[in-house]
Parts: sequence; C-alpha cells; structure tokens
Amino acid sequence: MIADPSSNPADAEANLLSVRGIGKVFVTKRSFLGRTLASLRAVDDVDLDVAAGETLGLIGENGCGKSTLGRLVLRLIEPSAGTVRFDGRDITKLDEAALRPLRRRMQIIFQDPMSALNPRMTVRAALGEPLRIHGLVKTADEEEARVAELLGKVGLRKEHMNRYPHEFSGGQRQRIVIARALTVGPELIVCDEPVAALDVSIQAQVVNLLKDLQDELGLAYLFVAHDLSVVRFMSRRVAVMYLGRIVELASAESIYEGPKHPYTKALLSAIPVPDPNAVDDPQRPARIVLAGEPPSPTDPPAGCPFHPRCPIARKGLCDVERPLLRTIGDTKVACHLAE
Amino acid sequence: MSDDAPILRVEDLVVAFDTDEGELRAVDGVSFEVRAGRTLGIVGESGSGKSVTALALLGLLPEPAGRIVRGSILWGGRDLTKLPERDLEKIRGREIAMIFQEPMTALDPLYRVGDQIGEGLRHHRGLSRNEAREKAIALLARIGIPAPAERVDSYPHELSGGMRQRVMIASALAEDPQLLVADEPTTALDVTIQAQILALLADVRRASDMSVILITHDLGVVAEFADDVLVMYAGRIVERASRKALFERPLHPYTQGLLASVPGFLGNATKKRLPTIRGLVPDLRTLGAGCRFRDRCDRAIDRCAKDDPSLDPVGDRAVACFVALAEMEAR
Repeated sequence: MIADPSSNPADAEANLLSVRGIGKVFVTKRSFLGRTLASLRAVDDVDLDVAAGETLGLIGENGCGKSTLGRLVLRLIEPSAGTVRFDGRDITKLDEAALRPLRRRMQIIFQDPMSALNPRMTVRAALGEPLRIHGLVKTADEEEARVAELLGKVGLRKEHMNRYPHEFSGGQRQRIVIARALTVGPELIVCDEPVAALDVSIQAQVVNLLKDLQDELGLAYLFVAHDLSVVRFMSRRVAVMYLGRIVELASAESIYEGPKHPYTKALLSAIPVPDPNAVDDPQRPARIVLAGEPPSPTDPPAGCPFHPRCPIARKGLCDVERPLLRTIGDTKVACHLAE
Repeated sequence: MSDDAPILRVEDLVVAFDTDEGELRAVDGVSFEVRAGRTLGIVGESGSGKSVTALALLGLLPEPAGRIVRGSILWGGRDLTKLPERDLEKIRGREIAMIFQEPMTALDPLYRVGDQIGEGLRHHRGLSRNEAREKAIALLARIGIPAPAERVDSYPHELSGGMRQRVMIASALAEDPQLLVADEPTTALDVTIQAQILALLADVRRASDMSVILITHDLGVVAEFADDVLVMYAGRIVERASRKALFERPLHPYTQGLLASVPGFLGNATKKRLPTIRGLVPDLRTLGAGCRFRDRCDRAIDRCAKDDPSLDPVGDRAVACFVALAEMEAR
C-alpha cells in the first residue's frame, strides 16, 4: 500500500511496475530509401506506477494511446524512449532470453477473446501449453488437475476442458482467456478493454471475477478501458489520457467526484446516466458537449493538445505553452488553468 | 394528429431465421405502438431481437434466411408485411428513415457524401442535380458539419466516425420522415462524440414532430432520450413502461437485474461487487415451455416452468411476469 494515491516518483523502487518517460513513435510513411517521412507519436513521455495488488485504471478515447501504453509496459512493442521497471528491474534493455522469466509474471488479456484463442485447440490444450512450456507441471495427470483447478477459479467446470472455443459464449470465452493468463502465476495483468465486447449482464459477472481473483491472488491490474463506469468500479487510482499523454492522474474518488482537467470534466459529463430523475433535475450541471474531435496524433496542435476543444482555453497561453503535470491536492493535472 | 394517436402499430410480429440447426425465432410475438412525436426506446442485450424488429419494420431482413412468419406492421392504413418491395422502397427513406450503428457499412464508399444525401431527393422528389446538392449542403450545415460546401464532395472514408454518423443522420432527414429508426446510433463512437450526436438528435427531434424508435443496449442512453421504453429478452417484450416508471420501479426481474448490474447505476460505483444476473441467455432454438427468463430468475415459481407469461397490462404499463403481476395486483 502506498499512502499517496497519486503515486510518488520517489517510490518508483517500491512499485511492482514503474514507468518513466515512456514514448512510442510509429513511422507511418517512409521514403524509398527508408527515411521517415511521416510519424505518429502514439505515447509521449508518460510516467506511471502500479503497486502490487492494486488496480490503476487508464481511460481515454479511441486513438489516445492507452492500448499502446498497455503493450509498451509489457514490451510487446518496443518503446522509442523511456524506461519500464518491473519489480525494480529495468526491463527496457533486456534481451528476449533475459525477459522470458519475467514474462511469466506479467500477462495481458484483450477485448476479443475469440481472436486470442486458437479455434483448433481445446481448452485443455490452450491452458496446458503454457503450463508445460514453463515447466509448471511434470505429468499429464498433474496438468489435467491444474487445468481443472484453473477452470474452477474462473467459474467454469471441469467438463469444459475438452471443448473448443466456438462452443462457448463470449463471457465464457473471456473466462477461458483469464484462466490462461493465470496459468503462469502472474503478478501483473494488463486488461485491455476486457469487458467492452460483452453484454451488460455478462460484463458484471466478468468484472466481479476480476475483482475476486485480485483479492484471492493479490494481482495488480493495469485496467485499460473507455467505459468510465467500469473503470471506476475496478480502480483505486485512475489516469486519463488524451493524445498520447496523461492529462490527469488521481485516486478514483478524486477523478470522479472532483475532476480538475477540463477534458476529464467533459468526459464524465458525457456519460449518459441511467436515472431519469438525474436527467430531468434542473439543478444538474449542463452537459459539457465538446466541439470538434480529437486532433490527429500525426499533426498534434501546438501548446496544450486539448486547447482546440477546450471550453476554458486562454489565448496566448494554452495554444503556445504545453502544460506539464503538476500536483494540486492529491491530483496530478496537466492544465495551465486547473485549480 | 392528436398526441396519443399511434403512427405505427406492430401486432404479434414473429420473425424467423433458417439456420443449420433449424429455425430460430429471433422475434416471437411482439406487439407495440409508436405515437406521434414520441421516442420509443427498445433496450435489450445481444440476441434479444431488438435489431431484428427494426429490420423487419423496414422490410430489410436478410434474404432468404430471414422472414416474417406472422403478424402485421400497420403504417398509415397499410400493412407493411403485405406490401411488395417496390412499395416498401417508396416508404423507406421518404416516410420511415433509418440510421445504423456503423455508418461506414451504410454509406456507399464509391459515392460522394452529397450524392448519397441527395439521391432520395432526386428519385422521390424529382429535384435536379443542383437543387439536390444545395439541399445536401443545407442539411450538412444543419447537422453541424464544418465547411459543408466542401464536405459535400467528400467520400465517406475521408470522414471520421462521428462525421460519418452525422452524414447518415443528414441523409435520413433529407425527406422529412415521420419516423426515424435509430439502431445503436452512438455505440461505435467515443463518449464525447456520442454526446455530440445525442445532442444533435435531440435538436432534430425538437425541431420537427418526427417520432423516433431508438434501439440500444445502453440504459443510460434510454434514460436520457426515450419517452417510453420496451425491454426485450430472448425475442419477447418483457416490460413496457414510461421512461420514468421503468427506471424508478422496474417490475420484471430481468429489468431489475439489468439495471442493478450497470456499474454507474445508483450506488453501484463504489460497491465491492456488482449485482449480476446468473447464467446465460437461452438458446432460441431449444426453448422449452415456460418463461424464457426462469433459469436465471431468483423469483421464479413453479408456474414459470409450465406457462409462458404474456405481456399483460398493469395500469399504464405492462409486464410479462406472473410474480410481478401478482404483486402489482395485490397492492
């Protein structure tokens, strides 16, 4: 447990995951000779920490870089800048052989479980494979017992192990993917939109499962999602991304009850509320409808990346100078005008 | 037209699909009305039949797999289920317009935006090419597209998802339809863009006396946008109520469970666990007797396994549940 909910860079050593200045530039166009003609800064100078056993939520809209960031911290893609420390060790420069034992300790689950599962492999084979590869079971009997145990953990039955992915519903498939991530005994799981493709009633089941597993196994999650309500339910702290950067980072309570960045405020006010009394309440603050759309990361605006859509942007300041994250109370916010 | 007059009346609609494993009744005996100037929300999860209902209304069921087995769709004195395709074509777009979740599949990638908006105007209204173009520019301006005189010559792939959805709405509004069927119009969009599109739809509705059928899985969107709500489950309507009544006092155990499992609903956000509905949606090909929700229902009684509850009125709402009905009548 760390006392400061907005995370403290000085504690970097103590955190399970600690990311400093991470960046990723994708080249989108090359010349005939391989020179870069156009590039896209998907993630730009991001710091974040995840303590053992906690959930950091990462929210933002399409193209804000949240999924790229999730892959960078696992080194599924190579960063262009910055460092990632896992359990105190800089993994940015490790070669694949040195990285392998660490890979067991960090896993990822994706939005679409069907594409994450091999359609020609039974559940038994899909879960047995990582167990064997990592030498976690010695005999076939041991393997079968372990697969059965894992299925039980995610709320499936032993009989399910001889079936193929297409024989399951979407929610059950996501349970299988979660069970497979658990085979190797990870400490950190990056959850990339794990419930976005599921129906509401099934979503709640999977969200509860992830919470139960966290309590039981002490897992840390980096929980990437666009659904603000799900993120609030899952997370202790939340980071808001816009155009490749973190614009606000605070405890879930501060983000949802007292957002400071104008983008966070607009995001929260845009969620349709399933409560007609709140909708009809004349006291309810008017919805902030942002004009325009997020700018392209291939051609980011000068100054604050949010200023072209910002309702409070100040000319001569926000369109000129890029705001850095600064601390207000328990919140870190990248806005010149936030208070 | 009086406020209460239904402009659309659907009676006992049954839609079936032929699948490799036999016939599947995606919509099984659905009846409802849409009143003039009102917005009817149809909410349900995948497989509930909400989108198939919309497709059936417009005669857009995928052929030959899907067909209307029985029932009627009464529109302006005519039964749409009996009309030949060439008559339906005249109604679609002109009287009843539709917008879909994914505008990229609904817009033709080979035609400029202006030509697609103007197509119906030229065909149905006999406008010249120039007149249709001028009207398209005016519509693009009305729905908040910047530089409409330039955008009118864009191709769909040159636009963002939010812009494409605006173009589809412009195209739907071109001929001043009496009914707009919107199937998950904001589901594929980011939250801030969804807010823009919902605000736009609200403006459009205020400015005309158009009725809207809004199909969505998002209870929040229904709570903000609909006047009346139908809740669908496994091909049936399980509850009908005004928006306020539904959210204040859901009667059907499925509606209750669905509302409770939304993370943002009421005090849910900070609870330790979310309430859930156990189990899965039943397979529509192997339905037995009884209520379709009974296996997932905490309040099921013996009768629920034997008899199939119909959508029975209670006051000015209706519910398809023996237990809820008995409770209401006991009050």
